[in-house]
Amino acid sequence: MKSSTFIVDCHPERSEGPAFCRKRRNSLHRWLQAATLAVAVVVFMGADDDSARFKDLGHRMMCTCGCGQILLECNHVGCQSSDKMRDELQAALDKGGSNNDDLILQGFVQEYGPTVIAAPTTTGFNRVAWIMPFLVLALGIAFAVHIVRSWKNRPEPALADGIVIPRGSELDEFRRKARRETDL
Amino acid sequence: MSQIGSFALLLALGLSAYSFLAGFVALFRRDAASARLGETARRAGIATFAAVLLAGIVLVLAAFNDDFSIAYIFHHSNRDLPAAYKFAVLWSGQEGSLLFWSLLLAGYGFVLRLRYKTDQRLFAYASVIIASVQVFFLLILNFAAHPFAIMQGALPADGTGLNPLLQYPEMVIHPPMLYLGYVGFTVPFAFALGALIMKYPGDKWIHITRRWTMVTWCFLTIGVFLGAHWAYAVLGWGGYWGWDPVENASLMPWLTGTAFLHSVMMQEKRGMLKVWNMALIFATFLLSMLGTFLTRSGVISSVHAFAQSSIGTWFLVFIGLTLAVCSFFLVANRSYLKSEHKLESLVSRESSFLFNNLLLLVVCFTILWGTFFPILSEFVQGHKVTVGPPFFNRVAIPVALLLLLLTAVGPLLAWRKTSVESLKRNFLFPAIGSLAVGGMMILFGIRPWEDPSYFYATMAAILSALVIFTVISEFLRGGRVIAGKSGQNLFAAMVHLCHRNTRRYGGYIVHFGVALVIIGILGTPFNKEVEKEMAFGDKINIGPYTLVCQSYTQDDNPNYANEWAIINVFRGGKQITTMYPERRFYKASQQPQTLPRIYPSFREDLFLVTDVYLVYEGKNETTGRPIIKAHLNPLVPWIWIGLIIMVFGTIVALVPNAAAVQVAATAPVRTPAQVGAGD
Repeated sequence: MKSSTFIVDCHPERSEGPAFCRKRRNSLHRWLQAATLAVAVVVFMGADDDSARFKDLGHRMMCTCGCGQILLECNHVGCQSSDKMRDELQAALDKGGSNNDDLILQGFVQEYGPTVIAAPTTTGFNRVAWIMPFLVLALGIAFAVHIVRSWKNRPEPALADGIVIPRGSELDEFRRKARRETDL
Repeated sequence: MSQIGSFALLLALGLSAYSFLAGFVALFRRDAASARLGETARRAGIATFAAVLLAGIVLVLAAFNDDFSIAYIFHHSNRDLPAAYKFAVLWSGQEGSLLFWSLLLAGYGFVLRLRYKTDQRLFAYASVIIASVQVFFLLILNFAAHPFAIMQGALPADGTGLNPLLQYPEMVIHPPMLYLGYVGFTVPFAFALGALIMKYPGDKWIHITRRWTMVTWCFLTIGVFLGAHWAYAVLGWGGYWGWDPVENASLMPWLTGTAFLHSVMMQEKRGMLKVWNMALIFATFLLSMLGTFLTRSGVISSVHAFAQSSIGTWFLVFIGLTLAVCSFFLVANRSYLKSEHKLESLVSRESSFLFNNLLLLVVCFTILWGTFFPILSEFVQGHKVTVGPPFFNRVAIPVALLLLLLTAVGPLLAWRKTSVESLKRNFLFPAIGSLAVGGMMILFGIRPWEDPSYFYATMAAILSALVIFTVISEFLRGGRVIAGKSGQNLFAAMVHLCHRNTRRYGGYIVHFGVALVIIGILGTPFNKEVEKEMAFGDKINIGPYTLVCQSYTQDDNPNYANEWAIINVFRGGKQITTMYPERRFYKASQQPQTLPRIYPSFREDLFLVTDVYLVYEGKNETTGRPIIKAHLNPLVPWIWIGLIIMVFGTIVALVPNAAAVQVAATAPVRTPAQVGAGD
């Protein structure tokens, strides 16, 4: 059933014919298989690459020495926290198995408190941190569109002394002339 | 000496209080005596500057004379501190920086009060408002954070020294620039509030404050970027922007100030956005105060909060009062702020300004929200959370990219209405050029679909190129017209064009600088780093460079002891430079400090310039060998070049326009046509 969605543009009545549709469907299948394989390779390669995971997780945590820097970016001379935390992170990655990223981060939260994570999580109240800016953007866009439309629908101010402002095609003609003469 | 300083501060408070009260009374009395009273208020305002200046001079002299009987000097200086840093003591701690704030404000007020004849009534209002802000700062200086407080007990032989992080040449320039920006926004704020209170007809307050605002914005821009450069050159983590609350505090008024600079054009040209402009300048002033509050209160932990105390409450009360006054007048006098014109088309410069303002404010809100969310989280959840770089990068960058798109598109839109043909004609070259840049990036192996950071980098490159090509095409188009009419060569014609409408073309140059800054930032995902303990002759290979440890040594001077490595940098088998990453130990403060060394590879890669950035991380105590961390940061130098171009663009925009060229028209008209008009 699902494959029919990929041949929605193939109509036997049209000139392409059923052979063309089959060919196109096969081609789409091959592309899909290749894409799935590529995604799987990337995902599993990433999962096996400890140094990439170390870098990723190390950039999702803060150093707890009070420097306010990302764990892997803390370079304070003689920092007691960052070296220890890096060793702990490496040890957690070396364990492998079911020790996934979330569990590792959770372990750090238990040891150092929630401020060790460099950004709010996407659970509970912390979700508000992520939603709010996009909500404000959406509301802002809606408000701006409303403002623009209200400006556009505003009545023309009345002019004294019988001055007539050219509008519509007449105004466009003036504009074209001005642009032609100034080339701007 | 401390007595002279204390007296000067008390005198300044008395004078500014008089300037405020007498000025206030004079504004609301309608008799003949009110003019004389107003004049005394103006003079008291001028004299305030002299008194605050005296206090500032006394504090600097105390630093130079090692007068450790003054607690502030004891805590922020020492006998062996170099002279430049003794001067910088003025803004190195809380009391001194508040005095510096007050001095700059008095300086701005001094200039404003001397130029009062431009518009006596509006200037009188602005003068009273500035005096009220001055009173606030002088109250804090006299009663909460006194810079001339005397040390208790026996006189110490030496001071505890200046924070090592602040002992860097840029620290002599960065805070004054930032403060000139923060404080400077008080002037347009005062004029805006004054105009609103008195229901001043027309947009004269905008014309009067246009240059003030641009100069202030320029100072703030320099201040923000110097801060970023200081973080890059001193903190030694290889980056320049860590989304620290205090960094954020400096960025927020910059964003609203930038929005204001754009939206005032709507009011000048079309009589629109009057309420919005008022709100923007109020917000900019309040965010400047908020920045000072964040730096000084300690309410939010920050690596930059060099001075923290209880004066946060003073700031909160002041910010609350100011907000109440501004809101009251904005509501009470809203009828005075009605727009005069209607919008003719959605595809117009007016719409683009509106959306540009919206996006700037959304970025500003995001930063404000992220900065204060830890406090909100503590209130709601009972514990703080960290809102660090991953949050800001993920949320602010997409909006910033949209803003970059508008930066490219906006200038090509005409006021009132833009025709489809003109859009096509103006966009063709920039669009093809920018897409070509994106194609080249993919060709050179950057895969935007592999990693979100590569995607953002590619998008930023395409949009920056779009901005650059748009600016170039605008200059070329206008230049060709002038060259055709006047017979000048193209370059001379473009200079002429620029001089005829400095604000418009200066603005384009600023946009060009912004695009370069973005290009500098987009190199971040491609940074590399290697850390290694290095013996004599040991090598680090990073990118195309080979770093060879020639030697390591140590030295000593009265201010600090230091150790450093001597690293030869090779590329393609040829030595290109020698670098000396260093670690210091300051004796007075007993604090260590690393000093990275940076080599920008302009000679080797002009466009794809890369910083070789070396940090002396420390020493292996067992082997005695240095541990060196090498970073390769592509494109970063473009950020600083972008800043220079932005400043140049602002200076161009400040130059008065030359007289318009008069061109003979083909049809008989009464007045000559003007070429290149309009912003």
